[in-house]
Amino acid sequence: MALRSLVTRKNLPSAFKAATGLGQLRGLQTFSLPDLPYDYGALEPAISGEIMQLHHQKHHQTYITNYNKALEQLNDAIEKGDSAAVVKLQSAIKFNGGGHVNHSIFWKNLAPVREGGGELPHGSLGWAIDADFGSLEKLIQLMNAEGAALQGSGWVWLALDKELKKLVVETTANQDPLVTKGPTLVPLLGIDVWEHAYYLQYKNVRPDYLKNIWKVMNWKYASEVYAKECPSS
Amino acid sequence: MVPAAATAASLNCALFHRQGGLNRATRGLQWTKKQQCTRKPGPAIITAKFELKPPPYPLNALEPHMSKDTLEYHWGKHHRAYVDNLNKQIVGTELDSMPLEDVVIVTYNKGDMLPAFNNAAQAWNHEFFWGCMKPGGGGKPSGELLQLIERDFGSFEKFVEEFKSAAATQFGSGWAWLVYKANRLDVENAVNPRPLEEDKKLVVVKSSNAVNPLVWDYSPLLTIDVWEHAYYLDFQNRRPDYISTFMEKLVSWEAASARLEVAKAQAAEREKEQRKRDEAEDIQGSEAVEMYVDGETEDSGAD
Repeated sequence: MALRSLVTRKNLPSAFKAATGLGQLRGLQTFSLPDLPYDYGALEPAISGEIMQLHHQKHHQTYITNYNKALEQLNDAIEKGDSAAVVKLQSAIKFNGGGHVNHSIFWKNLAPVREGGGELPHGSLGWAIDADFGSLEKLIQLMNAEGAALQGSGWVWLALDKELKKLVVETTANQDPLVTKGPTLVPLLGIDVWEHAYYLQYKNVRPDYLKNIWKVMNWKYASEVYAKECPSS
Repeated sequence: MVPAAATAASLNCALFHRQGGLNRATRGLQWTKKQQCTRKPGPAIITAKFELKPPPYPLNALEPHMSKDTLEYHWGKHHRAYVDNLNKQIVGTELDSMPLEDVVIVTYNKGDMLPAFNNAAQAWNHEFFWGCMKPGGGGKPSGELLQLIERDFGSFEKFVEEFKSAAATQFGSGWAWLVYKANRLDVENAVNPRPLEEDKKLVVVKSSNAVNPLVWDYSPLLTIDVWEHAYYLDFQNRRPDYISTFMEKLVSWEAASARLEVAKAQAAEREKEQRKRDEAEDIQGSEAVEMYVDGETEDSGAD
């Protein structure tokens, strides 16, 4: 199944543009649910097919629907010059846009075992992990500890600080994208620790979910992103 | 919470300087000092332990609206863990001998939360939550609670709409509340214990993660848990359906009414204390004026 992000352009009728008398009006881009690169059941037993289907078709889709709605409202507010409305919409955009950004990365972070899920990182990312954390085991331990300690809802990330050329582990609350923790941070791997990501299968035992998700972690994707930001000479 | 064994010299950290005791009726609290809470080496003397109390009904009593499975995990695992972990965190510290509500306020620390806040607040929230539901719940409130709802929201239906909306739009984990507010200001970090009659009213608020309205000096009357673990087994992503079911089939209006009585009594008590303090200040003020006048008379006599 090819991964594609469908993007459609919706241009406002020219009469409306003329009527508002404003300068340049942007064409409003709407977003839609990206396909998963694998079947819902392909990550079992680490993550159940039931969870994958709900997570993708319900949760991610809802973020996208609400993101599109918020963007449309934002567009209206900008056109009207309604600053109070523009500011008020920021949280809806952060929640829902962030949800879309984060989950789009998440699906790529996972892979069925037969397609390399769980295969350890080699090459430059592997060395960087050893250099910055001591070993892959130590990195996993750290991410699992931070993921388990996160109160409420959020994400735990393996990130590249592209300015410092260093790997770091970060957490974000709710659907805040990684970039809210630092503009130079590039997400390599993210683990969703919202309860919806694991509850039907693991119930309250988040640490078991964290232990098992590494079995389907797509290190190939992480290595590609890393290599692009830090090309080895 | 009654301390099982109060040991005389077991205070090994002075967290704060208390004025007038720490209870919600007399909220003239002054935190003048905050010191690091340390534990003495050696075996911990357990002076008080919070208990995990069961809900006021069997775990299957809310079926089919809230499943036995949900109660078994939600109460038996989540709530239990908050209580157990809280006890571990506070054993041997001054928090150990305080009522749970006081632990919540102290560890909230005006927004700069201390480590025990999450467990303390969640322990309180969940005990409160079980009491907000009952088998055969739902319907409408009556008596004074209904009157106040109609006065402050326009109608019961408008209240339900606002409450459901708050619960549905609390992003991430958290809670929605009906509270009795007996202070003046609406800003989260302001406290003014001298309301006028019209400042006392019912309000719907929402809070994230473990935060609850005790820390804003409100009196909670009703809550719904909107952490995903509260509804995921029964409703999956369908939070609005869970919220509707809660309002139509689970909510205990008797419990809410009882809490309103307590809240009003506490507000009245606090006002009484405040009036006494005001009177005491007035007397002090007039004494000072007297002393000045006496001094003048003596001086003029010496001429």
